[in-house]
Amino acid sequence: MAVITYRDALNMALREEMRRDDRVFLMGEEVAVYQGAYKVSKGLLQEFGEMRVVDTPITELGFAGVGVGAAMVGLRPIIEFMTWNFALLALDQVVNAAAKMLYMSGGQFPMPLVFRGPNGAALQLGAQHSQAWESWLAHIPGLKVVAPSTPYDAKGLLKAAIRDDNPVCFLEGEMLYNTKGEVPSDDYVIPLGKAEVKRQGEHVTLVSHGKMVLVALQAADAMAKEGVSCEVVDLRTIRPMDVETITASVNKTNRCVVVEEGWEVCGVGAQVVDYVQRHCFDVLDAPVLRVHQADAPMPYTKSLEKAAKPDLPKTIAAIKQVLYLD
Amino acid sequence: MATKVMMEALSPTMEEGRLVKWLKNVGDAIKTGDTIAEVETDKAIMELVARGDGILRARLVEEDTVSTIGDVIGVIAGADEDISALTDGAAPAAAPAAEAAAPETAAPKAAGPEATASKAAGPETAVSRAAASEGAAPEGAAPAAVVEAPAPSGPVRSSPLARRLAAEKGVAIEQVHGTGPNGRVIRRDIEAAKVPAEPSKAAATAPAAATAPAPAAASTATKPTAAGTPSMVIEGDHKDVALTQMRKTIARRLSESIGPIPTFYLTSEIDMSKVTELREQMATAGDQFKVSVNDVVMKAVAIALSRHPEVNAHWLGDHIRYFSRVHLGMAVATDDGLIVPVIADAHTKGLGQLGREARELAKRARERKLTPAEYSGSTFSVSNLGMFGIDQFTAIINPPEAAILAIGSMETKPVWINGSFMPRQRMRVTLSCDHRVIDGAVGAKFLQTIRQLLESPMMMLF
Repeated sequence: MAVITYRDALNMALREEMRRDDRVFLMGEEVAVYQGAYKVSKGLLQEFGEMRVVDTPITELGFAGVGVGAAMVGLRPIIEFMTWNFALLALDQVVNAAAKMLYMSGGQFPMPLVFRGPNGAALQLGAQHSQAWESWLAHIPGLKVVAPSTPYDAKGLLKAAIRDDNPVCFLEGEMLYNTKGEVPSDDYVIPLGKAEVKRQGEHVTLVSHGKMVLVALQAADAMAKEGVSCEVVDLRTIRPMDVETITASVNKTNRCVVVEEGWEVCGVGAQVVDYVQRHCFDVLDAPVLRVHQADAPMPYTKSLEKAAKPDLPKTIAAIKQVLYLD
Repeated sequence: MATKVMMEALSPTMEEGRLVKWLKNVGDAIKTGDTIAEVETDKAIMELVARGDGILRARLVEEDTVSTIGDVIGVIAGADEDISALTDGAAPAAAPAAEAAAPETAAPKAAGPEATASKAAGPETAVSRAAASEGAAPEGAAPAAVVEAPAPSGPVRSSPLARRLAAEKGVAIEQVHGTGPNGRVIRRDIEAAKVPAEPSKAAATAPAAATAPAPAAASTATKPTAAGTPSMVIEGDHKDVALTQMRKTIARRLSESIGPIPTFYLTSEIDMSKVTELREQMATAGDQFKVSVNDVVMKAVAIALSRHPEVNAHWLGDHIRYFSRVHLGMAVATDDGLIVPVIADAHTKGLGQLGREARELAKRARERKLTPAEYSGSTFSVSNLGMFGIDQFTAIINPPEAAILAIGSMETKPVWINGSFMPRQRMRVTLSCDHRVIDGAVGAKFLQTIRQLLESPMMMLF
């Protein structure tokens, strides 16, 4: 099996789905001639032409709306945001149009539409361009929210998102694009709404998604050296959340730490904690702890940015706390 | 961080405890787990252990004082930590204790003016001491006066998992020392806790069966004329004895028993001649094979109970619990009163082991060294007053058990056998039955089995 980057896995998924179904098209800033700001759409213009790989002006609300309209008339658009930070301008189309169209049209207009782009902080991009939006998006009924952590998942989940008849917000990671992993060249799909146990363990469950799954796995490696066995649950899909996999794991380990990129208040982790307290109350041996970004705009200064971000030492500290090891 | 020393529940039924002896002095260094005092519970004298590290800064109650569970009786804290918030309002005994702490503390001033400084004192010792010495606390300091170490009084802090495991394991969670934050009882604490002999919830209730009045009580009995004429009571003709914790428990428990339990009694006279022969034969085999009459009776009772589970039962209010295992309680008289240690799984034990355990438990009971586990969980009890020359008596049921067997003395009597009187060893036993659980015929059949086993001891081999 070929070892390729997360970026190339996404490219492979786009290419396969555009070959498979000619209703699928890609639209966004710099996706065509420039081959994508992060080169995810490399070669697509050459293969599929400018009718299906469309460069847009810097008008997020506008081209998101074009996507909604295209979906209404039977196409399957993929709208790329250069980053999800820019998608704030388009949220009216995402939240008020795409998410509610099927409902408000009495089922007349399905929304087979994917909004995708990098999410979360990279390095020193400042407060406005270093934000993780999944809890905003996951709050909305009518949207599905997906955040793959590995190249394998990126391909399988993007293909599933494109084939889904609902609007899917697909959150990639700038820091993930160059990560590598085994990706089969065959046509496989990972069902939305299914978490995956990325690592089996006994003593504590780490629930995470996207980029932070890699941190959770590193923490599991570090704790293994101290004789602590961590189970890492990768949510993969944030909405609908796979409650069953989370609770099965916590029922086994009796302890839980949620690791996420976003802020604490009303974050994805808060929802995980709610499911855990509801379904696992009688098996908990410690309060569920969360690792997240500091409750402040992301600092630009390198040292402060590092201090603000959730990271390996913070995750290990939380693990030790729920195990009463500190 | 200051740790309160509290009167703890050291037995399942304890509600208050008498501080018998302080084992640590004010100023002594204390580590978690150190024994700091002896406390008389309603059943035994138990050790009170420290729940924190530091210096014993104050002893808030005198020896021989009774405190309710949860009462703060001392304080463990850092040498120069301000503990006035903990000692403020405590008994007068606190004052000398605080003085005594002075030599150990880095700032003797801190201990002295606690009466005035206490309201403003906060956990930040540097700040609070400064405030105290100036005699005026800034307003902003008030919220900080909250004691830093949260009081582990009230419900036991425990994780949901610990509570569930404790219930499954039959561990009384309030008796487990929590090692989590603020003394939270967590999984590892339950796993480390000892399991009581009988893993049932009902076992948490300490048994205290009663039989006839203890010899001590009998000796103080006054003449009949004294009764009903209070004016006749004069100085010196009686002795007022304060109730010990154990006496209080006996009174409470037995009142609970004789009141609501519809009891009936079945008496049977058993021919013990074969048991006597058996004992003599065994004794000739060597001293290690000597057994007492009581041992043989206990063995017969254990076997009979395993054959009659309908008698080996607990009345639990809305249901009856029948036990397949026999945990045999045996009433033991001590100088202070009565206690019922338990021989666990008596039905599985041979005559020799049964006898050894019975003697060991009785000895420990008289020395007041029984642990709660050793007097909890009996499924049926036996009371023997034969050694006091009582030929027959009725014992009071030890709730929630459904019956108790009272054993009288063995005596030689003429018995009409085959046309002539023969001298035979006879013994009377009386079964007190809770009619809510046991009907007359059921009790009678059980007694019949005991009689058969004792009159033909070979049947015990069956």
